[in-house]
Amino acid sequence: MNRKTLITLKTLTWIACLGPFAMLVYEAVTNTLGPDPTSTIALTTGYNALLMLILSLAVTPLRLLSPRLSWLIKFRRLLGLFAFFYASIHLATYLVLYLNFDMSVFKTDITKRRFIIAGFAAYLLLVPLALTSTTWAIRKLGGKQWNRLHKLVYLAAIGGIIHYWWQVKPGVLSPMNLTISLAVLLLARPILTYIQKRKARQAVAA
Amino acid sequence: MLIRKPSDIPSSEITSESSYNDFLSRRRFLRTAVSGAAVAGGAIVGADRIADLLSPGTSVLADAEKLQTVKSPLSTTGEQLTSLEDITHYNNYYEFGVQKTDPAKNAGVLPTRPWTVKVEGQVKQPKTFDIEALLKLRPLEDRVYRHRCVEAWSMVVPWIGYSLSEFIKQCDPLPSAKYVQFLSYYDKKVEKWTNESSIFWPYSEGLRMDEAMHPLTLLTFGLYGQVLPNQDGAPIRIVVPWKYGFKSAKSIVTVRFVEKMPETTWYQQNPREYGFYSNVNPNHDHPRWSQKTERRIGLPFYAQRRTTLMFNGYADQVASLYNGMNLDKNY
Repeated sequence: MNRKTLITLKTLTWIACLGPFAMLVYEAVTNTLGPDPTSTIALTTGYNALLMLILSLAVTPLRLLSPRLSWLIKFRRLLGLFAFFYASIHLATYLVLYLNFDMSVFKTDITKRRFIIAGFAAYLLLVPLALTSTTWAIRKLGGKQWNRLHKLVYLAAIGGIIHYWWQVKPGVLSPMNLTISLAVLLLARPILTYIQKRKARQAVAA
Repeated sequence: MLIRKPSDIPSSEITSESSYNDFLSRRRFLRTAVSGAAVAGGAIVGADRIADLLSPGTSVLADAEKLQTVKSPLSTTGEQLTSLEDITHYNNYYEFGVQKTDPAKNAGVLPTRPWTVKVEGQVKQPKTFDIEALLKLRPLEDRVYRHRCVEAWSMVVPWIGYSLSEFIKQCDPLPSAKYVQFLSYYDKKVEKWTNESSIFWPYSEGLRMDEAMHPLTLLTFGLYGQVLPNQDGAPIRIVVPWKYGFKSAKSIVTVRFVEKMPETTWYQQNPREYGFYSNVNPNHDHPRWSQKTERRIGLPFYAQRRTTLMFNGYADQVASLYNGMNLDKNY
């Protein structure tokens, strides 16, 4: 891929990823966040955090599908960091607009409420990944170490999905689409790797 | 960054930008002005006053049927009414979809005429009431009530109806009737959205007999001077203002008097989270969130949070119903 196309695509990705945030700011300023602004902010940021995290997990399976898609790796860090960005606002919304900084409620939540525990754990798992996302950190850690650390993203994504299921009312199926997407992407890894290995073996045999 | 207060945009600009028709813009302007005043000065504008301000607008509503009403001493005062727009576009009515915005889009297909309410179970004789007869049974009263959802949001709604007790008297329940069960309309061919959740339909709710007979329990036909919009439970529902919203069954087709505590939808779904009583109680948390505070619908995000009141502020009237009961156990 040439430089110009890459810059264009990156710009478009930035715009797409910033879109939900820009909408929220616009709606907050014009007081058009809907009947329940607090929950609009919480739901929008939470959903987009998960969506972008799952999109970042689509990069590897797509690259396994075809070597012609290898350029997608250049977008993975961007998606991951935007997921962290939305997760951070999501957490801030909870601390400020839901708890009003009331630490006694937070203490009850973090010890008693499983959806808060799952969500908070998922967020904490994302922190070291965001901190080690710079090129400098990758070099410093070494590719192997860095790769091992960043396996945490699977746990974070699963934790986020569990947080979503535990948050909705029992019987409500709205987290289903993201759950299926994540399951497909996680299963695609071993399956595609297996197929590739078999192809390689066949090539050697021939 | 989201904590910052919105800049002071003149409401005239908001109006010109909005794509709403004249009526809606006017109402929105009123709401902005009123909520602005309330937030800035901490002033509480009387609900009646706002209802007066808004009433000219309600006549503009297309095909909305107006209802003749009388004043009621049981109406809540000192609260700022939630706008008609929010009351009709932020609904939990899962038969029409699980998103809050779904019922406003989908509930139009609910056939509200002809409509009958079947009365059965522990009664002298089963009966069927026509909706037109029920509308004329008693004078319709304006009853402003706080409405607190188990999800920790709240509204203030100017309902229209009369005490459910007036209707129950017409049903001649037997002394053996200890509970009343309400079944909502359900037709899979009409309500095509029920597969969005794994709930058993029809929606079922219930009250203890003394709760049902309490004068605050409202048999409800309308709101804001007009018949109930479909998404708010047309054409007939109950409203129990001291309980979480899901206790107030919508679009009722069957009223059943029973001896034992009836099986109710959310209780069946998860008894730990949705008790049979489900009285608004800031001291008994939902397993998944605190019930100490709530978000008032229609206010800006920085002004929504408020303290939840015991029995939703109706303790003076209803606390005696639960004398001697452990409300932490009987949640």
